Amino acid sequence: MTALVIAEHDNATLKGSTLNTITAAAQCGGDVHVLVAGHNAGAAADAVAKIAGVAKVLLADAPQFADGLAENVAEQALALAGSYSHILAPATAYGKNIAPRVAAKLDVAQISEITKVDAPDTFERPIYAGNAIATVQSADAVKVITVRTTGFDAAAEGGSAAVENVTAVADSGKSSFVSRELAKSDRPELTAAKIIVSGGRGMGSGDNFKLLEPLADKLGAAMGASRAAVDAGFVPNDWQVGQTGKIVAPQLYIAIGISGAIQHLAGMKDSKTIVAINKDPEAPIFSVADYGIVGDLFEVVPQLTAELG
Amino acid sequence: MKILVPVKRVVDFNVKVRVKSDGSGVDIANVKMSMNPFDEIAVEEAMRLKEAGKATEVVAVSCGVAQCQETLRTAMAIGADRATLVETDVELQPLAVAKLLKAVADKEQPQLIILGKQAIDDDCNQTGQMLAALLGWPQATFASKVVLEDGKATVTREVDGGLETIALTLPAIVTTDLRLNEPRYVTLPNIMKAKKKPLDTVKPADLGIDVAPRLKTLKVTEPPKRSAGIKVPDVATLVAKLKNEAKVI
Repeated sequence: MTALVIAEHDNATLKGSTLNTITAAAQCGGDVHVLVAGHNAGAAADAVAKIAGVAKVLLADAPQFADGLAENVAEQALALAGSYSHILAPATAYGKNIAPRVAAKLDVAQISEITKVDAPDTFERPIYAGNAIATVQSADAVKVITVRTTGFDAAAEGGSAAVENVTAVADSGKSSFVSRELAKSDRPELTAAKIIVSGGRGMGSGDNFKLLEPLADKLGAAMGASRAAVDAGFVPNDWQVGQTGKIVAPQLYIAIGISGAIQHLAGMKDSKTIVAINKDPEAPIFSVADYGIVGDLFEVVPQLTAELG
Repeated sequence: MKILVPVKRVVDFNVKVRVKSDGSGVDIANVKMSMNPFDEIAVEEAMRLKEAGKATEVVAVSCGVAQCQETLRTAMAIGADRATLVETDVELQPLAVAKLLKAVADKEQPQLIILGKQAIDDDCNQTGQMLAALLGWPQATFASKVVLEDGKATVTREVDGGLETIALTLPAIVTTDLRLNEPRYVTLPNIMKAKKKPLDTVKPADLGIDVAPRLKTLKVTEPPKRSAGIKVPDVATLVAKLKNEAKVI
């Protein structure tokens, strides 16, 4: 029994989501191999080789993998799939794009966003925006899985696996990369941040989000938002925390002007400590917050920033 | 050019579902059902492409129980020209739905299939990608912009950390994200008109597809409850608590 992890990386560095996925793969009970499909991705492969618990790194290095196109990466995983009992990818935009293609071609079910491995064939996963947890069992020969990163610790360094080059599959020719526009920010990435400052519809406008910046700066925090704030056009979609956005579990989550719709709670309720600032004392966010302040955010946030010195 | 739009009937997004006391699932008896919100965005996008002269026909398809007809009527009230229901009482999992949709696509021969990135009930986020793989088509998931030109689709996607644009040969699959568009309100005259539009029904057996579930749900439980904390009177108290009690700053 061996598990194959499809690594998420940008050729130069490994994404943190891969480390959580490796932990989940190890819990499936066998050896862990990791596929790095990229272009000039030797550095990413070397980074994987140093992770404890990884027995082998498979490097498929070719131009058609440079931008992580789902058609090509899935085909590469399928070319290697024969010898594996489990194939896992992180439940991120990258992994969700690829894994279902692999599952469909293998004619097996995919188990999405697992938060726990109960047995090599039995997994727990949230459904209905996290309002219920389903325990599901797969009878398929290969288990194709996406891993909710907040459910598993990041695997640590301490390994020295061999990196083996594998033959790259041909380019599908059906999709091509055009451009990428990544937000440039000195702040930590939302899903990796220890502290998140998040704003909702109560912020009133996109401009008002500037009020949160000094607070986020002082805390070294990432900035997030509720779907309502994204819907209203205040901030970009990749800030969205919730059922259909990002799932986060930082040490500290500060929800500002967020009422706490179930879809938002689904994305942040596993945070260690939650602070809510809202003028409505009945807002549902207070039912999950460890500490709440009832008040006008436009007064409370500057006070909080000042108090932090 | 024909566009196929698969739509799913789900528990309305405003309903907070309850886990059944015997742990066999969630209680969806007598709760409001609606079209999956991301599929509504898919129908709207197909209509905008048709209205812009890029497409000639929009066909909605749904898989599931007889009541999915209501969902298809909603799709036709938004503007879809006709609809197909693949009717079954069997619990459908994404792989089975993808196989049924492939069979429908083989028959309809669309150039583009647009569907929601995820259904808000099982939160799987699989069907579009599986369908693309089964058809051997390229895919653009989590779309926030779709441009059809020169026989290809150029799609901007919502990815972690920003946006990515890719180009696909047609036929292709697009799955919708939140910001792609804002679906129109359905008007009463259009609801009336939708009642007269053609809706045909087939069974999975007619399409030669085995839809038996692959995953067995052993139990469904409530998530661990997070209890409410305390309200603090001022910012100074909050900072003191975060430093000394929670020890997170």
